[in-house]
Order: sequence, then structure tokens, then C-alpha cells
Amino acid sequence: MLEIKNLQVRLEDEDKQILKGVDLTVEAGKVHAIMGPNGSGKSTMSYVLSGRDGYQVTGGSATMDGEDLLEMEPEARAAAGLFLAFQYPVEIPGVGNMTFLRTALNAQRKARGEEEISAGDFLKLVREKAKTLKIDAEMLKRPVNVGFSGGEKKRNEILQMAVLEPKMCILDETDSGLDVDAMKLVADGVNALRDKGRAFLVITHYQRLLDHIKPDVVHIMADGRIIKTGGPELALEVEENGYADILREKA
Amino acid sequence: MAAPKRNDAARLEATEARIAALDLPKGGFTAPARAAALARFREMGLPGRRDEYWRWTDPALFAGVEPQLGDAFRVDKPIFEGRDKVRLVFVDGVYDAAASDDPAIAGVEIARLAEADRADIHWAKALYGALEADGQVPVERPFAALNTATATEGLLIRVTGKAARPLHISYRQSATNSDVVLHHVVRLEKGAELTLLETGTPGARSNVVMEVEVGEAARFHHLRPQGRALDRAMITHLFARVAEGALFKSFTLTANGRMTRNEAVIRIAGDGAVAHIAGAALGDGVDGPYHHDDTIFIDHGAEDCESRQVFKKVLKNGAHGIFQGKILVRPGAQRTDGYQISQSLLLDEDSQFLAKPELEIYADDVKCSHGSTTGAIDETALFYLRSRGVPRADAEALLVLSFVADAIAEIENAEFAADIEARIEDWLARRKH
Ligand SMILES: Nc1ncnc2c1ncn2[C@@H]1O[C@H](COP(=O)(O)OP(=O)(O)OP(=O)(O)O)[C@@H](O)[C@H]1O
Ligand SMILES: [Mg+2]
Repeated sequence: MLEIKNLQVRLEDEDKQILKGVDLTVEAGKVHAIMGPNGSGKSTMSYVLSGRDGYQVTGGSATMDGEDLLEMEPEARAAAGLFLAFQYPVEIPGVGNMTFLRTALNAQRKARGEEEISAGDFLKLVREKAKTLKIDAEMLKRPVNVGFSGGEKKRNEILQMAVLEPKMCILDETDSGLDVDAMKLVADGVNALRDKGRAFLVITHYQRLLDHIKPDVVHIMADGRIIKTGGPELALEVEENGYADILREKA
Repeated sequence: MAAPKRNDAARLEATEARIAALDLPKGGFTAPARAAALARFREMGLPGRRDEYWRWTDPALFAGVEPQLGDAFRVDKPIFEGRDKVRLVFVDGVYDAAASDDPAIAGVEIARLAEADRADIHWAKALYGALEADGQVPVERPFAALNTATATEGLLIRVTGKAARPLHISYRQSATNSDVVLHHVVRLEKGAELTLLETGTPGARSNVVMEVEVGEAARFHHLRPQGRALDRAMITHLFARVAEGALFKSFTLTANGRMTRNEAVIRIAGDGAVAHIAGAALGDGVDGPYHHDDTIFIDHGAEDCESRQVFKKVLKNGAHGIFQGKILVRPGAQRTDGYQISQSLLLDEDSQFLAKPELEIYADDVKCSHGSTTGAIDETALFYLRSRGVPRADAEALLVLSFVADAIAEIENAEFAADIEARIEDWLARRKH
């Protein structure tokens, strides 16, 4: 599904190399987790994959189902099925949540040559997904993320994912700032979407989320590289001992 | 007149040349007001770039003897089409009865200035030119005086109860050299209600004055999408007096236009009155020169009143936006709540927004605030939208709409607000390539 080879990225405005050769392959139907110290480049990688400005790819490649992601506009990547749940979801005053979702969904459908969803069907779809995530109708009426609590913003990301039904989902610390119950809701939301045609890349600092979303593979990223890959037990090891041992091993 | 006289030879000469070229109507009931207005105009003279409120806007297009030629905008779909309203049409500034609805169905008293002014007596006599004259202090508005002196067309509207339907004054331009002067007088009696729609561009050059007396506990809603003529030179003055417990609300949309200046003088004269004035301006230099100016004066002269100014400008490719807004709180106007915000969204680095917010407060128990900002598109929000599949141009359009949302929120009627929003969306859609 997602294939990243020797990806090297620096900042556009600053002489700073952030990704120093990332290799990562996520197969369809699988859940991969990435853990790693603060500042190791996890968010940078997810931004580069989704096409944010400000980064310069100095080497390597990233493809989704064989398509060169790095050549595509962000909206084309989304239409092709890539989704990033932001570590810091963005507030957009003046744009209603529903308008935002409907515009996004219809834009993706149009890009794929599908028909627009009717207003009635859309409403039904969103209401149903919102209900399972315990997002109330009031929240849907408000401007995108404006006045949402940290946890509400994260749940809103998952709602968007549930409505857009992407095939490659990257979740950047969606668990941070969630209370225990909300984390369970988010995990249930993700699990409901697990499917053999869909893959997940879950960035997290905590083992707890991975108790709910059982990963197939766990990677450790440090200083712009994947330095270790293993099974779910790797996450437990990090939880218990931190990164010191793994980093030492590599040094 | 408050301002010191500074009539140099050039100003005098230009003013006299303009007066000499005028076709001055004698008028019936308006005769004294016209004579007084002409005298006022002569004394003030035509404005120049050195005058305080003309520093950022060149009055030349309004001042010249002849109008600059301008094409009309080819209207595909008129705004507010299909809404229940009474439409009264002016073509090149002349009332067109054949194109208009029967004014009687509006449930208000409507007369044409051109006809009513044959008589010496009319209810509008006390108002015609009176609010304009009153609005010359503290800032002179010579083009408004010129209007009072020369206007032969316009509507005299008196509302005694709740108007049966909105009244729609629709301007159409047909000649490329039309030089239009229109003067409307609106009076809402105690407890009356009226929604007035004013749409389109009257002529190649237009000078429109509207005097509005909002009586006790009356409610007046004014919506003014000014058409999309690219070559237009248009100056408007809205003079209002708002009585006790009354509501005055005005919203203007200005898309395109070489030169548009909208002035307003709102005197809040009775306790507990509310006056809101808002506007959205959209200009893209790619279509032609764009200069838009809002010059607003709100005068609080009573207790427990509220005023609100919300002005948004979206500027691109060398478009210019000007905002000059003043709140005056007179001694004794206690518990005044005055708010003013003017904001611009510059879609590139060539465009310019200049703002002059002013507060002058002589009462001690008031709540007044003003703010002015200039900003670009929020790149983070733009990326967020695009990452969800919304193409760049659509995402930009959404963010522009969100930027003007506060101004549109000032429109109380949801259907009209939707029409205005659709017009803005349409304007934005034309820019996508
Ligand atoms: N736009 C930027 N300007 C300056 N530095 C940046 C920028 N983007 C990323 N960096 C730097 O790049 C490094 C990687 O940041 P990134 O956000 O990718 O880390 P992360 O692994 O997601 O960390 P965390 O776990 O704290 O979220 C950090 O040192 C960060 O300061
Ligand atoms: Mg991060």
C-alpha cells in the first residue's frame, strides 16, 4: 500500500535535514505503529506524505499503490485515498464543520469521477458516524474545530476519516490529550474501519492506544530514520524502558 | 461649516466650471433645499487630495464635468431573483414603469421625485436635503450637496406600518456615458418596518444619496449589492437618523468597480436605538482597476444605544481598499456600546488596504472598541482543507467566504443572506482557472 524508500527531507527555509533516509513499507490490511522520541521526525514524515509546503525532498521516494505521492498535489493524494489525522487539528473560523466535510467528500468523489452525494444521504452518513464517536449534533454545526476541546478535535479527525473512508490512514498522535473513554471511542472508530483493503500508520507515544488498536508491526524512529522494527512487543519494551536501550544498541 | 476654508484658486475654478455645466432643476417643494444645497456646494468646493478624507481616494472621477465612459455589466442572473418583493427599476437613472412592478403592492407610500416635485407641498419636504445638510458636519461631503441640488429622480418612500413585502430598487445601466444622480428619501413612521433592497450600478458614473428617517421603534433593513460593473465610478451617501428604540441595519456588497466610495452618516438620536452597518468588498485587479472606499460616521447622541460596523475587503492583484470609520459619543450618551472592525484579506502582495479608525468619546460610561487587521490566507487552514481533498481554488474560496462571514452575519433575512453569499461564491468561482 505505502512504500517509502530512503526518504530524505530538509526544511525549505532552514538548512536542517530532518528525515535522513526513512525506509518503511505498510501492506494493505495491516496496522503499523511508529514510536520515537520527540523531534525525531514522525510528524514531518506524515506532513511530507500528505504534501504540506515548507519541506524539500532531497532524496528517496514515497508511493501509494505504486503512484508517486511526492508528485501529487495534496488534494490529489487525498482523493487517491491518503488521510492524515493531524497531531494538531486546525481551527477554521467561519467554515462550518458540515460544509467542510461535505465539500471534502464531494471534492474527492468528483476527483475520482464519482457522483456527488445527496444532501440527505450525506446528513444520514455523518449523523450515523458521529453517533458512534459520541460527537453531538451541536458540535457538527460549529465552525471546524473552533472552540473544540483537545479531545473533541481528535474525535473530529476520526469522524472525518470515517466519512471519507480513505485507504491509507496516518494517525499522528491521535491519542494524545484523550481521556480513557475517548481513547476507547477513537480506537473503536479505527477498528471499525480495519479492512483488508485499508492500512493504518499509527504514530503514538503510548502503549495504551496499542492495547486497543493491535498493531501488526511496530517501528521506532529516531533522528530521522527508522532504527528498529518489530512486533507489538517492541511497544511494550519502549513503555517499560524508554528509548535509551534501543538508541544505545544502534549507536 | 466646521472645517476651515481653504479654497484656493484651482478649487474655485473647478467648482465654478462644474456648476456652470450643471442643468439645475428649479424644483417644486424641493426648491429651497436645492438652492441651499447649491450654496453649500459652492462654499465647500470640490474636494481635492489634500482634504483629510480624500487623501486615499482620488475624487477626480466624481468631480469632472463629464463622466468617464463605462460599460455595463452583463448580468447573467439578477440577484434576489425569485424572492417575494416589489421591484422598481431605474434605467440609466430614469424610472422605468414598464419594467417595474406595481408599487402599490408594497403596502407603502411611494412617489417618484420627478413627479412629486411638481408640487410645492409634500411630506418629504421636511427631509429632502435636510439629513444631507445635517451630515455636512463635522466632515464636508460636497458630492452629497451637489446631489441634493441637481437630482431629478429618486423615490420618496413613506412607511406607516409593516411593509407587505421588501421593496427592491433595481438599477440598470444601458448607456456607456450615463451620468446618474439619484436622491431617495425614506421615512419610517413610529413602529414601521421596511426591508429595502438596492441592487446594481445606476450608470457609468453614479451619485446616489439616500436619506432615511427611522422613527420611534421602527425597523429598517437595507441590503445593497452594488452590481459588478468594472468601469463604474460610483459615490453613495447614506444619511440616517435613528429615533428611540429604532433599528437601522445596512449591508453593502461591492464586487468589482474602478472607483466606489460609500459614505454613511448615522445619527443615533433616540435612547435605546441600534444601528449596524456592514460591508463586503471584493476586488481583483486582473479584471481592471479596483478602488473601494467606505467612509463611515456614527454619531451617538442618546443613551443605551448600540452601533456596530463590520467591514471586510478581499483584495487581489493591485486592488485598493480604504476604510475610514469614526464613532463619536456625545456628552451624555451614556452606556453607549460602539463596535467597529475593518479587515482586509490580501490575496497577494500587490494589493493595499488603508484604514483610519477613529473614536471620539465625551461620555464616561461607555463601551467602545475598534480594530483593524490586514492578513493573508491562512496557509495552515489551506493545507488542512487540501489534505481532505478540497482543491486549492475551492479551499481558497471557502476561506474567503469564512473571512467575510461576520459581515454577512449582519444580514438578518436568511434568504437574502444566502443570495449574497451565492453572489460572492459566484465571484470567487470566476477567478478559478
Ligand atoms: N517548520 C519547521 N521549522 C523548524 N523546525 C522544524 C519544522 N518542522 C519540523 N522541525 C523540526 O524537525 C524536527 C522533527 O519534528 P517533528 O515534528 O517531525 O517531530 P516528531 O517526531 O513528530 O515529534 P513529537 O513526538 O514531539 O511530535 C524537530 O526538531 C522540529 O523542531
Ligand atoms: Mg509529532
